[in-house]
Amino acid sequence: MELLSGGEILIRALSDAKVKHLWGYPGGAALHIYDAIFRQDKLDHILMRHEQAAVHAADAYARVTGEVGAALVTSGPGATNAITGIATAYMDSIPLVVISAQVPQEKIGEDAFQEIDMIGVSRPTVKHSYMVKRPEDIAETIAKAFYIASTGRPGPVVVDVPKDVTDPNNKVAYKFPEKVKLRSYQPTTRGHSGQIKRAVNLLMSAKRPIIYSGGGVVLGNASEQLRALARRLNYPVTNTLMGLGAFPGTDRQFVGMLGMHGTFEANTAMHHADVILAVGARFDDRVTNAVDRFCPSAKIIHIDVDPSSIAKTVRVDIPIVGPCDVVLSDMLDQIQQADLQTDEPAIGEWWQQIDEWRSRHGIYTQSRYEPSEGDNIKPQDVIKTLYKVTKGEALVSSDVGQHQMFAAQYYLFDKPRQWINSGGLGTMGFGLPAAMGAQMAYPDANVVCVTGEGSIQMCIQELAACTQHQLPVKIIILNNQALGMVKQWQDMQYGSRYSHVLYEDSLPDFVKLAEAYGHVGMKVTHYDQLESSMEECFALKDRVVIMDISVDQHEHVYPMHVAPGSMRDMWLSKTERT
Amino acid sequence: MKRLISVLLENEPGSLSRVVGLFSQRGYNIDSLSVAPTEDKTLSRLTLTTVGDDHKIEQITKQLNKLIDVVKVIDLSEGVHIERELMLLKVKASGAARAEIKRCVDIFRGQIVDVGPTTYVVQIMGESTKLDAFIEALGDAAILEVVRTGVCGLLRGEKSLKI
Repeated sequence: MELLSGGEILIRALSDAKVKHLWGYPGGAALHIYDAIFRQDKLDHILMRHEQAAVHAADAYARVTGEVGAALVTSGPGATNAITGIATAYMDSIPLVVISAQVPQEKIGEDAFQEIDMIGVSRPTVKHSYMVKRPEDIAETIAKAFYIASTGRPGPVVVDVPKDVTDPNNKVAYKFPEKVKLRSYQPTTRGHSGQIKRAVNLLMSAKRPIIYSGGGVVLGNASEQLRALARRLNYPVTNTLMGLGAFPGTDRQFVGMLGMHGTFEANTAMHHADVILAVGARFDDRVTNAVDRFCPSAKIIHIDVDPSSIAKTVRVDIPIVGPCDVVLSDMLDQIQQADLQTDEPAIGEWWQQIDEWRSRHGIYTQSRYEPSEGDNIKPQDVIKTLYKVTKGEALVSSDVGQHQMFAAQYYLFDKPRQWINSGGLGTMGFGLPAAMGAQMAYPDANVVCVTGEGSIQMCIQELAACTQHQLPVKIIILNNQALGMVKQWQDMQYGSRYSHVLYEDSLPDFVKLAEAYGHVGMKVTHYDQLESSMEECFALKDRVVIMDISVDQHEHVYPMHVAPGSMRDMWLSKTERT
Repeated sequence: MKRLISVLLENEPGSLSRVVGLFSQRGYNIDSLSVAPTEDKTLSRLTLTTVGDDHKIEQITKQLNKLIDVVKVIDLSEGVHIERELMLLKVKASGAARAEIKRCVDIFRGQIVDVGPTTYVVQIMGESTKLDAFIEALGDAAILEVVRTGVCGLLRGEKSLKI
């Protein structure tokens, strides 16, 4: 049997767990591991400029490929820097394994240099964590970590590795376990057939149904099953922010995103629905508005692989615990085998009602904002132009704020895993490293980071890593010279007292900044230039391009839920509400 | 409503902190907690008392089950069960009070396990309400120190929490 050091075992085990790219940043406690990386060529290590970004990139790689992302950080500050990334992945249930180096075991607890209790610090942000105490245990722990990260409801797993465990002078036998079994962890693999039957009966009897699908459909690769079921039923579908793309954005049955900035038709249809089929969604507070006023006449079917997501915030009538793809195809099978029919006249009327809502206040039937003109570019138009120029096929990452909502509303995602954003934690700084992760997975794709002049500055150092690793992402800055979403709330609820959301001429020259990193910078100040500049930007296939686009500072994102209220209580513009 | 929840968990370093962390992280209360290894040394059994309505307890049980180290969870208060808690008290005992305390201990079927010139150490076992009643009967003035183990419990009958 082959004898390897702990460092070598770790890297070999990662390869055997099918990791191709390891995003990381070295440091003292990780030196043995980095030496092992140097002496092999199976695993591609990508040196980032900050641990948070390393984890975001690994996370995005997982989001676009469906594989488990992997990151490596050193102890102490390396580990704490990774926390925001880990928490981001945790809130969005992203399969991720983060290896953190640790000080040698004999030093643990002594407040040694760069020591932090990573298991303790990361505990509320992980699905599980391990500290490895012997080189003999590394391979099995890595196998377990990947198994836990990728099965059931996915999530990040931290593996903390003290330096002495990776000692190059201590060689032990290496064997990667073929199978992992944990007596305390058995994810559900099928839905309860009785519950599915009840759900199908309720679904077929619906007069005003809606399918509310979330990130779980994307993560659970259930998009095809969702489409098949929705088409068979001819029911309207709404996606959550995390679920965009699971059902095609351009489909007639799609009523848009729901929630705080969801469409009028999606939120109103939810409110009036008699049956809601919730799939892989978690009734998040950004969806429901006030829970006690949520969808008063609806019977709710809730499919989720995680039992703790069911009835957490909203009571449900028919819970089904199981993987979305399996449960949805079981439902469809039952419908097809028994050739069950929906209440067609009622569904016809329901569609008439929805179409009326669409034409009354829908953002897709006509423009609901003042048109762009001259040097007043509307952020919505930037996204619409981006959609047009990239033919709706780009992989789009975003940061957090108004630009994120405009991107979610106006870029019509037709495919799952095409839209990469931090929905749960809402992490500014996610966009650029996320775009890098996506670009690494799909080197030939158009990868765009839609961001703001605020968010981009939170991980801007990664422009250097883009150069080093040839990741030609395109960065679209909706530059309104303000922290737009906070400003919007200050406009709406704080009498336009702009407390610390303006930059007072301190913004960098993004064109020069791009050039300083060896990239291309473009500044767009007139609407006439927008499309042609964007064409130019995407023609530069092998270059990172920053497009600094000046947009209207005073534009707000609408619709917006009136809180506290029900799903249908919305501001439709600055002056108009439902 | 008071609930008694029993958890069988992997006897691994850090597994207790995951359970305790879960409670503070999600805003649940722990009123008492007792934990020790079982006859199978790879497993620990943890018993905790908490307060909540059905919805909250359902969430607590689900969240506990979600922890990878947790093997099984049972809400003992859902069925007929036995619960016990052990309490040690150091009390002032001099003069006439010595006999008075001795009588009180007998009534509660406790034992005096240490005798000092002016103090007793008393041991009482039973349900938490009985322990509370003993403290009340004795009165604050007499009590120097109290330590309680927290509740542990088992279901009556054949059903058991095992893997």
